[in-house]
Amino acid sequence: MSFVQTAAAVETASPVLQTKALCKAFGGITATDNVTFSLPAGARHALIGPNGAGKTTFVNQLSGVLLPTSGTILLNGVDITNWSVRARSRAGIARTFQINQLYADLTPLQSVLIAINERENAASSWFKPVGVRSDLVDEAAALLARLSLSDVIHARVGSLAYGRQRLLEIAIALAAKPQVLLLDEPAAGVPEGERDQILDVVAALPAHVSLILIEHDMDLVFRFAKTLSVLVNGALFVEGTRDEIANDPRVRQVYLGEEVISNV
Amino acid sequence: MSAIDAKPPAEAAAPPAASGAPAVSPAARLLAGSRWRWYEFAFWGLALGSYFVFPNKLMLISEILILGLLALSIDLTLGYAGLVTLGQGAFFGVGAYAAGLAAKYGAGAGPWSDPLLGLVIAAGAAGLVGFVTSFLVLRGSDLTRLMVTLGVALIVEEIVTQAKSVTGGSDGLQGVMSSNVLGMWSFDLYGKTAFWYVLIVTFVCFWFCRRLVNSPFGLSLLAIKGNPLRARAIGMPVNARLVAIYTISAAIAGLAGGLLTQTTQFASPDMVAFHRSADSLLILIFGGSGHLYGGLIGAVAFRIMQDFIGNITPQYWLFWVGLVLVLLVLFVRNGIVGLMANGWRRLTQKSHEGKNP
Amino acid sequence: MLTILFDGVAYGMLLFVLAVGLCITLGLMNFINLAHGAFAMAGGYLTVVMMNRMGISFYWCLPAAFIFAAVLGVVLERTLYRRLYDKTHLDQVLFSIGLIFMATAAVDYAMGASQQIVNLPPELNGRVEILGANVGVYRLFVIAICGLLTIALQYVIARTRFGSRLRASVDDGRVARGLGIDVTGIFALTFAVGSGLAGLGGALGASILSMDPSFPLKYMIYFLIVISVGGASTITGPFFASILLGVADVAGKYFIPAVGGFIIYTIMVAVLIFRPQGLFTRSAKR
Repeated sequence: MSFVQTAAAVETASPVLQTKALCKAFGGITATDNVTFSLPAGARHALIGPNGAGKTTFVNQLSGVLLPTSGTILLNGVDITNWSVRARSRAGIARTFQINQLYADLTPLQSVLIAINERENAASSWFKPVGVRSDLVDEAAALLARLSLSDVIHARVGSLAYGRQRLLEIAIALAAKPQVLLLDEPAAGVPEGERDQILDVVAALPAHVSLILIEHDMDLVFRFAKTLSVLVNGALFVEGTRDEIANDPRVRQVYLGEEVISNV
Repeated sequence: MSAIDAKPPAEAAAPPAASGAPAVSPAARLLAGSRWRWYEFAFWGLALGSYFVFPNKLMLISEILILGLLALSIDLTLGYAGLVTLGQGAFFGVGAYAAGLAAKYGAGAGPWSDPLLGLVIAAGAAGLVGFVTSFLVLRGSDLTRLMVTLGVALIVEEIVTQAKSVTGGSDGLQGVMSSNVLGMWSFDLYGKTAFWYVLIVTFVCFWFCRRLVNSPFGLSLLAIKGNPLRARAIGMPVNARLVAIYTISAAIAGLAGGLLTQTTQFASPDMVAFHRSADSLLILIFGGSGHLYGGLIGAVAFRIMQDFIGNITPQYWLFWVGLVLVLLVLFVRNGIVGLMANGWRRLTQKSHEGKNP
Repeated sequence: MLTILFDGVAYGMLLFVLAVGLCITLGLMNFINLAHGAFAMAGGYLTVVMMNRMGISFYWCLPAAFIFAAVLGVVLERTLYRRLYDKTHLDQVLFSIGLIFMATAAVDYAMGASQQIVNLPPELNGRVEILGANVGVYRLFVIAICGLLTIALQYVIARTRFGSRLRASVDDGRVARGLGIDVTGIFALTFAVGSGLAGLGGALGASILSMDPSFPLKYMIYFLIVISVGGASTITGPFFASILLGVADVAGKYFIPAVGGFIIYTIMVAVLIFRPQGLFTRSAKR
């Protein structure tokens, strides 16, 4: 028992995810400029910055959609810079997309089950029908219930309301039981009334999952994040705790409106 | 896509418990989706019964089944994995010639001449070609895929017509002698043996495909078709899955080709010609893709139409095929199976509304 | 040797005139009209009918073929093709294959399945010595006409107002629309001119290419090769691709007749694998 605790303590001390001098250039434009960043285990970290600051580009490099021009990415100290999307996913990096990336013609239950099947290496089984592993199906249903999608598990994903599609997006990412979860504007485009639900879901995510959140909604950012990084023109402008960032005059100048900060 | 925002969630939900049925566990409900339905029994019952109803059309029915099997093989890639290709005729042709060569050189030489072994050879040869060329369809857009697969089909056609010493060139492969099936049943003039042979092989293939698409593997194909970006992001080995299904599809197409050679005892470049690829795709689209039955039903409709029009203007059959293609694209979304499913849904919905106004 | 080169260049330039319309419409609307060859066939058969049945001069047939195919193109574009721009490539391909089948059967019905012979005017029939090579006068005629057309096309696209709008639309249709460019109108006009050029090419090629009902299917492959090698965003790419293909095809059939077609298809597949955007396009846009 005590051994486990020490192991956990060591893990907390060392960062889960790190980047070292990460650069990404598109032609002449530098989208990520020498970013050295580290994410401690269990972090609740927000990535903010003005439009075009390179936030999504950065996340795309972490998840493997884009390969960096130079620099390294480490997961638990292992160099994963050139790993494929699939390898990273299996190593514990999951993400949601700014624009929904769902299977419109399937059901939420199927969508989540597909991800669970991959995690459990059950997806290459080709002879037995899908429902035979009822343990996996039950897990999918339970996960959907946690995100209050129980009533629509058999509906067509394409016919769901937008807010619920955003929730499903998170559910699919969680199905991989990730170590690191990258949330790319989870509340983008969600109507005011349904935002709170997404916020609650994000707040209730398991504590051992390290989170990076990209978000424009400052309200959400300051309620959720304990630490923040501000990206400007692809470079890390400033990093710090919630209060440090909120009171940093430079950040105020570059990015934040006075009004938002007075709310905190 | 516009439907996403338009429909309110309440309408979309349609919870299973609403109709008063007992609550079913999610797993059971998924399993129910793969259970055999009455109309499936009806379909295969009809196929079996056609032996007794049309005893003098057995060769034709065998041919329809073979066409249907070819279209079914395209359904695996197009209807389930979402791969748009235009070269299935290549695999059909490879299988046809492989089975033909096996029969020609193995005829009368003991177990090596059995048609079933010939089918294995046909499927193996086509599967091998499929596996090798599958890497060409992993990259690029739909358009690139269409052109690459068409190119592969043309190359195969060119090889078949040029390699005269092996394939007989444009004269076709002569001297194909099919031995008795399992050493017991010989192919007769009326096509009785051919009918049973083709029906059983087609059914076994269909059964295999049905298991395949209802499995987790099949579900993952639907995920790739639905959103490859997302499928990769959850750690799915997308390319490996596509290679697998493309190879399986090619093998089944080759099997269909082998069946045709064995039952007609002839293989000709016509079996690899471009119109073979186009026709089989048309049959699938006509029947409806993504339902497994689309190819088979499409093949029936296609041959009936061909016979019907063929009686009026045999020479200009191509015109009507073209017209059907144009009309299909413009007006029909999901083929015959789609139409039937819609009709059935409307019917059941009406009776449902009648009960609870 | 030089004779083959000359023949190849003439053949290639003819291919370019036949295929250029398809390349531009593909680049413009991301629409693949595999039935493009049907317009060429229309021009070719019009020439056959006008010359052999009505006795009209070959020189009149060329503009007539252009106009006929262009009108046909406009009518089909306005009535049928426009419904397909937002459909999938599979639908577009099925649709245009359907049109090919219909055109093939219709021509078969009206004119018979055999190859049509066109008797060129006597002054185009001779051969001359150029640079020590024995060249057919008609090949030179084809090179001259196609060369002029290519220069004219390049001028229109590079220098005129219409050309700049066309280029903008090909580059990014949405942005062009946002700038108030009538992309739909440009497309209709381009489609018409492209079809017309195909018709003219068909008329020019009536005596070189074999003009029979299977023409659209046979040359569809050549068009696809021109596009896949040359790309669909400029006209210089398809131009060089056509010349290359023409020379390769003529030389291939002359030197190694058994594997001629084989080589060409293999090149097409190879190009598509390694450069899905085409060999002659500048750095691939992503």
